[in-house]
Amino acid sequence: MAEIKVDCKGETCPVPLAETRKALRKAKEGDVVEVTGTHPASKKEIPMAVKALGLELLDVQEEGGVWRIRIRR
Amino acid sequence: MAGKATIIVHSGDMDKVYSALIVANGALAMGMEASLYFTFWGLQRLKKGGLEKGPLSKMNMLGLGKWMVKRKIKKAGAASLERLLQDFKELGGKILACDMTMEIMGIKREDLRDDLISDYCGVGTYVDEAKESTITLFI
Repeated sequence: MAEIKVDCKGETCPVPLAETRKALRKAKEGDVVEVTGTHPASKKEIPMAVKALGLELLDVQEEGGVWRIRIRR
Repeated sequence: MAGKATIIVHSGDMDKVYSALIVANGALAMGMEASLYFTFWGLQRLKKGGLEKGPLSKMNMLGLGKWMVKRKIKKAGAASLERLLQDFKELGGKILACDMTMEIMGIKREDLRDDLISDYCGVGTYVDEAKESTITLFI
């Protein structure tokens, strides 16, 4: 099982959401996608997308304005 | 997957094309299907080299307003229209071109970015898709 990292720091709407989706499409079942970014709304919206996609949200963390979201495909 | 977004891109204004692509990419990212129907002024943006050519819908001021907004877009780190369009395609979005607009405005297939376009069609295709869509917009 692979771990895929997506760096969206400095990117704004809708890029973090779109990049997350791209990575999830490429990931295989069981793979973990870890997205980091700074766009505040995406921190809320990526978990919404994860729910809509029926995937597992593993973890959401934030430190110094940088958030990190981990998703299992 | 849950639902579909079907959007008519009637305007060729830069800011409105941004809106259409952002909503469409958001829908794809949330697991929906998405189709963009380019018609009238919107179709001009699918001409080769035409994507960024649209004016601002307000305060364009012969291009000065657009230039200022473009600078601000860059400063904010927002994506270009081309980037959004490429993401749209990569996420499985569909682009449709209105064939009546092509006839009226004398646009030929070779004038358009044919590689991006899934189909050339009329209103029937739009209605057929829109009636089963949960989001449909006219921009």
